[in-house]
Amino acid sequence: MTFPILSIIVFTPIVAGMLILLMPAQRKNEVRVMALAAATFALLLSIWVYFTYDSNAAGYQFQETYNWLPALGIGYHVGVDGMSTPLVLLTGVVMFTGVLISWGIEDRPREFFAFLFILASGVFGVFVALDLFQLFFFYEIAVFPMFLLIAIWGWIVTREYAAMKLTLYLFIGSVVSLVGALAMYWVSYQNTGVLSFDMLQLEQANFSEQFQIIWFLPVFLGFAVLGGIWPFHNWSPDGHVAAPTAVSMFHAGVLMKLGAFAALRVGIMLLPQGAQFWSPLVMTFAAIAVVYGAFIAFMQEDMKYMIGFSSVSHMGLVMLGLSTLNKTGLTGAGVQMFSHGVMTALFFAVTGMIYDRAHTRQIPELGGMSKVMPFAAIGFIIGGLVSMGMPGFSGFIAEFPIFMGVWYVQPWVAIIASISIVITAAYIMRNIRDVFFRPMPENLEGHITDVNVLDKVAIVTVCVLMIVIGLFPRVMVPMVQTGVDNILRLLGGA
Amino acid sequence: MDFINNYLLSLILFSPTLVALVIFFLPKDEMKFIRWTALIGSLIPFALTLVLWSRFNLNGSGFQFQEQYKWYEAINSTFHLGVDGLSLTMVLLTTLLTPLAILASFNISDRVKAYMMLFLFLETGMLGVFMALDLLIFFVFWEIGLVPMYFLINQWGSANRNYASLKFMIYTMGGSLGLLLAVQMLGVVFGTYDLPQLYELWPAAQTLSNLPAWLDIGTVKTVAFWAFVIAFAVKVPLWPFHTWLPDAHTEAPTAGSMILAGVLLKLGAYGFLRLILPLYPEQALVYAGALALLATAAIVFGAFGSYGQTDFKRLVAYSSVNHMGFVVLGIAAAAAAYGSTDPVVQASYPIALNGAILQMFNHGLSAAGMFFLVGVIYERTHTRNLNDFGGLFPLVPVYGGILIFTSMASLGLPGLNGFVSEFLVVRGSWPILTVYTVISMLGLLFTGAYILKGIKSVLHGPLNEHWAHGEHKLTEINFREILVMAPLMVMILWIGVWPVWILNVINKAVVSLF
Repeated sequence: MTFPILSIIVFTPIVAGMLILLMPAQRKNEVRVMALAAATFALLLSIWVYFTYDSNAAGYQFQETYNWLPALGIGYHVGVDGMSTPLVLLTGVVMFTGVLISWGIEDRPREFFAFLFILASGVFGVFVALDLFQLFFFYEIAVFPMFLLIAIWGWIVTREYAAMKLTLYLFIGSVVSLVGALAMYWVSYQNTGVLSFDMLQLEQANFSEQFQIIWFLPVFLGFAVLGGIWPFHNWSPDGHVAAPTAVSMFHAGVLMKLGAFAALRVGIMLLPQGAQFWSPLVMTFAAIAVVYGAFIAFMQEDMKYMIGFSSVSHMGLVMLGLSTLNKTGLTGAGVQMFSHGVMTALFFAVTGMIYDRAHTRQIPELGGMSKVMPFAAIGFIIGGLVSMGMPGFSGFIAEFPIFMGVWYVQPWVAIIASISIVITAAYIMRNIRDVFFRPMPENLEGHITDVNVLDKVAIVTVCVLMIVIGLFPRVMVPMVQTGVDNILRLLGGA
Repeated sequence: MDFINNYLLSLILFSPTLVALVIFFLPKDEMKFIRWTALIGSLIPFALTLVLWSRFNLNGSGFQFQEQYKWYEAINSTFHLGVDGLSLTMVLLTTLLTPLAILASFNISDRVKAYMMLFLFLETGMLGVFMALDLLIFFVFWEIGLVPMYFLINQWGSANRNYASLKFMIYTMGGSLGLLLAVQMLGVVFGTYDLPQLYELWPAAQTLSNLPAWLDIGTVKTVAFWAFVIAFAVKVPLWPFHTWLPDAHTEAPTAGSMILAGVLLKLGAYGFLRLILPLYPEQALVYAGALALLATAAIVFGAFGSYGQTDFKRLVAYSSVNHMGFVVLGIAAAAAAYGSTDPVVQASYPIALNGAILQMFNHGLSAAGMFFLVGVIYERTHTRNLNDFGGLFPLVPVYGGILIFTSMASLGLPGLNGFVSEFLVVRGSWPILTVYTVISMLGLLFTGAYILKGIKSVLHGPLNEHWAHGEHKLTEINFREILVMAPLMVMILWIGVWPVWILNVINKAVVSLF
């Protein structure tokens, strides 16, 4: 019996969340310390997993299997491969920084952290799940707390609307996927005589090509809704805007990856022939998301809407990479999931810091922030450079192979999608200029204070990650490639 | 000593970054200390470049001091560095101008720490482009250099800096988009970004492996050629892609303009020489006429544009368009000579190329000097309007002398460096692109006109009494400022009277590359 590190990672947040709920509500500081301790613990474990994952051996590692409902073939089976290990680390990082950023929440921090941690457990659970039933289980656990977090702690103007919209969208998406999953379960039983939700088992199920073609779209798109794929993206910016800072960070940083990851794991890996059949359509959707998202982001005056639509654009790049179904493109998509996760978490963190102080996110009403909060300004600039795909930062390492992968398949799409790079540069630089460097409006003068040391720790953590990956791609890319090799094996290609 | 030989290029490339990181940990109020650290730190790469120059083997072939490390294995990109005579000349220019620009910035007192760090990062970015032997690494450094320059203009520039810096950024990034796509395409087709390999593979390629079959190789090559050309033409800048330049120059701080004109514009011309001519010889031959036309347009319109300015800095900025036109003219002549068996052409195009590369170096010296001199007078008078000056020579005789000297280098006075390179360019281009060369030489007339106009408006004519007395009394150029100009003037004169030392190195590259 090996040390069940993945299970510990998955259940640390939820157990900590329960313990936090047992603490007295007025002991706010103790609640925060408890939350930080749990987040740090989860982060350290995910770092440990990241560095002990053996890229040479590849495959699923740290596996644990328990029978849960053997009669129905439902088990508890966890394990990580090269694709999910970076995402586990990402979740650890976002959880840790999210707690640091949320230190100042005064309204019921106990419940806030508890719900946030339930969410975190759900996210960890999806990334490590190797059982389809379990994947759905954690997926819903991750989605449900979002409703409460947004509806209770969100931006008062739109929170009920956004929470409702988000939850309905995601539940509908996941129900559609669930239908597909049940179809797979039964057909697999007919084909092999084994009742099992285990995904390693389902990979061997010999689904007919016709079956795969019919079911790929509902399964893939059902999950991809959470990945913000066009035309099902419009819950996402509303959700970002309404959510409190840490939830936005989770939402854009991790939750959207959950959609893309599940679409990959269940859609592409279990129904590879369906993926091949539908990849032109997915690529079209993704390319539209990339360009359209960038243009819409360019038009926004609310910082959070801008970042929200830029997430649509960047997640479009992930989908674009997935739709190439070749090694280069998939590798890029894997790295982009991590890179976009830390980058957008940073964006939302800094936006939250600004909003807490200026009480507005309207770009025309802001200015001069670099003078009073230089640290946040530098963080935002680095995030912006990542977003623009500037070489030397992780965004370039991720986007370059995605575009290369598209070249193999459809050069026109690469050319069209690349327009987004310039648009992104334009809105990011404009935002940096207006919010940070233009003279501060008089009504804000004297009201803005510098960020505190916890915020600085959070900013430094993510900036270091983005720069290290940008300068030394080998810290992440070879690992992702082993995951990609596994996918390619299922696709039957090289 | 083996260590230095083996890692010399990396040392030169990263020593500015290291110095910048050291500065990061200095207390930000110790301005004097930071300035001196930056200056002395930036002399390290210069000293190492002198070592490089002395150890460079003039009889060796190909790229020297090569280093190759694993970088991005997933897409077969390696961190491959190396220099030939062309890169070496540009590396020298960069490491020479950066300390001077830093010395010229000693009067900056606003956020000195960030300013100096950006300058040193910028140096690493520029050097990386000149040393890269991997297409992806080339692109990485090409783009990275934009960031520090953007912030130098945006943070330390003058009134209209927001507009100018964003225009600079978007123009260059937009121009590079085609380059990015073409680089990706090459990587997909050949599975490598290594330049020496691509030199062999791409011009000879008859099919496009790994790409959809409906793509026609001829069309792809032509489109990719123009994608490269546009990216570099924006940077050079070639007419009609030059409109970002006067704005960026006018708004940039003095030292920023020095580096912008001195080195950054050379990145574009370097791209033509390092990538376009070797990778696309056939396409370059087909479109050499178009390039020559654009170059001639740059020379003529640049000169006219310059003559029409009333802003001293804009005048100098347009003169860059004019001078860089000669570089591209020489390049176009070499492009047109590809495959020719005519002995006259065979003998002429190396002359044109030698001239073009030397012109890059020379323009780096004189443009940096001119921008600095504009900065010197702007700092004292807070105006750049030529109509506000007049008759200043008696007030500032030393400054006037230096200004005339540098202007004459820019004008192409025999005995100074500009003459040598421009003569080589027109001499080499004459038999290949006669008509364009003739028009360009007529353009030189207007070069003379605008430079004399600049000198006349500032130094001669009736004295503007405003600067003669009281609080506005114009002060003479000070010792630090002379110290900035001295190395430039020495080099200008040196190359003007005895250019052999540098032409030997340049000719080495010309002969081995083309």
